[in-house]
Amino acid sequence: MKRTILLLILASLSFACHEDPDDNTTPLASIAFNFTHHWDDTLINSTNLQTEIVTNENGEVISMSRIRYLVSRFQLINTSGDVYTFDGYKFTDVSDETTYNFTPEINNIPTGTYTLRFIWGFNEADNMDGAYQDLNTENWSWPANLGGGYHFLQFDGMYNVDTTASSPFNYHNGTARVSDGVFEQNFAVINLDTPILISSDASIEVKMNIAEFFKNPNTWDLNVLDTPLMPNYDAQKMMQENVMSVFTIGEISF
Amino acid sequence: MRYWIALCSIVLVVLSCSKSDETPASAYVPIPYQLDIPTLFQEKLIDPIIPINNPLTVEGVALGKRLFFDRILSIDNTKACASCHLPQQAFSDPNQLSVGVSGGLGSRNSMPLFNLAWNFDDKYFWDGHALGLEQQALEPVIDPNELGHSDWSSVEQKLNNHPEYPTLFNQAFGVSTITKELVTKAIAQFERTLISGNSKFDKFLNGEVTLTPQEQNGFDVFMDETRGDCFHCHGNPNNPLWTDNQFHNNGLDASFTDLGLGEVTGNPNDNGKFRSPSLRNLAYTAPYMHDGRFATLDEVIEQYSTGLKASSTIDPLMKKVDQGGVNLSDQDKADLKAFLLTLSDPSFINNPAFLPQ
Repeated sequence: MKRTILLLILASLSFACHEDPDDNTTPLASIAFNFTHHWDDTLINSTNLQTEIVTNENGEVISMSRIRYLVSRFQLINTSGDVYTFDGYKFTDVSDETTYNFTPEINNIPTGTYTLRFIWGFNEADNMDGAYQDLNTENWSWPANLGGGYHFLQFDGMYNVDTTASSPFNYHNGTARVSDGVFEQNFAVINLDTPILISSDASIEVKMNIAEFFKNPNTWDLNVLDTPLMPNYDAQKMMQENVMSVFTIGEISF
Repeated sequence: MRYWIALCSIVLVVLSCSKSDETPASAYVPIPYQLDIPTLFQEKLIDPIIPINNPLTVEGVALGKRLFFDRILSIDNTKACASCHLPQQAFSDPNQLSVGVSGGLGSRNSMPLFNLAWNFDDKYFWDGHALGLEQQALEPVIDPNELGHSDWSSVEQKLNNHPEYPTLFNQAFGVSTITKELVTKAIAQFERTLISGNSKFDKFLNGEVTLTPQEQNGFDVFMDETRGDCFHCHGNPNNPLWTDNQFHNNGLDASFTDLGLGEVTGNPNDNGKFRSPSLRNLAYTAPYMHDGRFATLDEVIEQYSTGLKASSTIDPLMKKVDQGGVNLSDQDKADLKAFLLTLSDPSFINNPAFLPQ
């Protein structure tokens, strides 16, 4: 055991003493991502997630109970087209502020101007059924008979809460089932064109506008599409289309 | 050259540390206890929670087990933890409400005890008000409707005057004075060893057995959002705890006599919410729900099928509440029950390590 510890310490010393080949080139910056959540102009966080009453594009008055989602494969692309890919994935629970930030483990990039790209959910290679212990523990699996893997989004709430006949909705997104045993990938590549100037260590705010899930390009009618939506192919593909306008770049903090 | 200097420095540090690590011959060093974690848990779940200040030891676990079954913890030596957490009931109570030392009744059904080290939020009781198993175990001893003491001092005194416990605590914790904190540490250690992961369905997932067609259809009902949709709160093959350990209002009542989580947080949006229990060992844990209102699994399934009641905090996962629920067919209800019973684990309730000597 002592020998193992010794070797580990030596290995870390060796790493620390290694001269960085970029020492004399562009300064490096460490990047963090901070996700914030909004219903149009209203900030949504753990304190008002369950109390905010909002109206969607189609006119239904809704309350929200639970919003959890998965994004992965963060990439920053500089003006020369060089792509810097960050390991890991980000699971966010809007009721838990500690899940809002994402700091990739290895993330030094040259200072410069970038745009951000990431995957909504998991792409086909990453969406391996049961492969991620932390996501399994979050009860985040997508049923095998719907293609397996993981949820991309779990958005639960009630609609028509301004009437005496409010009803639940479960806007859940993941792999789309075409027919029994036939599935279609349903992740989305989110490209955010806003230039991000990285001059030193920075935190990039990524804003989620929850209202967009119901808005663009498909105006969502909860009276027709409330629950169950997981096995509904058309609903799943409409969600994939609507998520494209959900995210924007916010503040860059140094 | 730098590496050799570093190597020599570290060797010196290690040598100097090893000198100070030596233990006086007189002190007893407890033996680390290795949890017997099912393969499926190792593959699918993150590591269990073991507090840094209460590592499991062979002596601590054995002491906790003895305390768990010892009536010395009650005011009149008539009740133990195990009186309301019976091993053959998967450490729950077959009575709807448990009877305390004075004959008084508790207000909720006794929760079963297993796989507690995988309750990652570490919140216990139906309403989650105790943070950590050690904190949880402090309460029943001084609850008038449970073990009946007015405070812990008399229990500590009894244990300190006992012919054997001081030695056992010394071996487990290296101290000469028994305190309530050490008592609950020992009990918590024992409780963390109560692992259930050897049901028929576990064996099915491990490829050792097959399911009957009825059990298979029941599993499909469980995993089907258009039918049972049980998996959003109660786990799945990748979450073999069969609970999310989160708090939900599952549509039992239109108004609440017991606020549950809402009583703890003071937030009206939490009223009527209780922690999802695991579906493991349902064969042994009747009656069901936080108040033990349902005597049978059939009643539970009927509740979700046709008995849902709307309220201001009902979880939106309770579908078709305006129709009372998902209205399962009789066949699906019977098959769902058959599947649920495959999650029971006879080897858990018969494990001699969990039974009194």
